[in-house]
Amino acid sequence: MDWTNFTPGSALLGGALIGLSTGLALLLNGKIAGISGVVGRILRPAPGDVAWRVFFLVGIALGGALTFALYPPSAKLDFSRAGLPLMVAAGLLVGVGTRLGGGCTSGHGVCGISRRSSGGLVATVVFMAAAGVAVAIRSQLGGVGS
Amino acid sequence: MKRDALLFVPGLLFGVGLAISGMSNPAKVIGFLDVAGGAWDPSLAFVMVGAIGVFAVFNLLVHRRERALNGAPLPGPKSSTGVSPRLLLGAAVFGTGWGLSGVCPGPAVADVSTLQPEVFAYLAAMAVGMVVAQRLFSLDVPKEPDPPTGSGEEEPAA
Repeated sequence: MDWTNFTPGSALLGGALIGLSTGLALLLNGKIAGISGVVGRILRPAPGDVAWRVFFLVGIALGGALTFALYPPSAKLDFSRAGLPLMVAAGLLVGVGTRLGGGCTSGHGVCGISRRSSGGLVATVVFMAAAGVAVAIRSQLGGVGS
Repeated sequence: MKRDALLFVPGLLFGVGLAISGMSNPAKVIGFLDVAGGAWDPSLAFVMVGAIGVFAVFNLLVHRRERALNGAPLPGPKSSTGVSPRLLLGAAVFGTGWGLSGVCPGPAVADVSTLQPEVFAYLAAMAVGMVVAQRLFSLDVPKEPDPPTGSGEEEPAA
C-alpha cells in the first residue's frame, strides 16, 4: 500500500462533483453524460444533438484548467509513465473499445452502476481487470515508470 | 442553443471533479490500477463511491419528473443495458488502453489546458479509434427520435 499518496478525501469530493455533474446533465436534457458517448456522437453527429456536447466538453476542459490554477495539489500531473507512441496506441484502443463496448469509466462505471445496469457493472469489472493486467504486464517488462 | 449552452455548467463541475480527485493525473491512475505492485494507492476507488452515491440519488429524484427540463424524454431510472460479447470485448480493449496510459476519456479532456503533447496525441488517436469502430461496426448511427429505451449510454434523441 502507498499511504503517502493516499487521498481519500479529495477523491470522494471530486467523485461527488462528478456525480452532481452527471445528475445535472440528466435533469437538464435527459441524457446520460458518459464522456466517450458525448465525444463519439460528435464524430457521428445527429442534427441538433451536437452543441450541448461541445459546451459540456469545453466545460470539462475549463473546469480542469480552473482547478489546476486554484488548487495547486491538483496541478502536479505526471505524464512520464507513457511516451507519445504508447499514448497513441492507448488512445486508439480506448477509442475502439469505448464505442464497441458502449461506454467508459463515466458511462458504464458511474452512470451504469448507479442505474443498476448489469452491462455497466460487468463492463466496469472487465475494464478495471484489463487495465490492472496491462499495468502489471508493463511493470513486469521493466517497470511502469520506464 | 441557449439551453445547449447550459450544459457548460455540468461540464465545468465534471472537470473540477476530475482534477480535484486525482483522476486527471496519469501516474495516480496507474498507481490505483497497480493492485499487485506493492505500492497500491486505493484513493481513486473513492471517486467511484462519491460519483455513484450522488448520481444514484439524482437519478431517482430526476425520474420523479415526466421529462427533462428541456422537455426531452428521460431514459428511465433503471438501465436495460445487458451483457453482450460486443460489450465484453469493448470493455477489455478499453481497459487495456486505460491501463497502458493511465488516461480515460474524461481526464484527457480535463487535461487539455496542460498543453502536454501526450494529451493531444491520445485525444487524436481516440477520435480515430472511435470513427474506425463506428464505421467498421455501424455504431452510433444517428436515428430518428424514438421512445426512450433507457439503456446504458444509448441516448434517446431529444
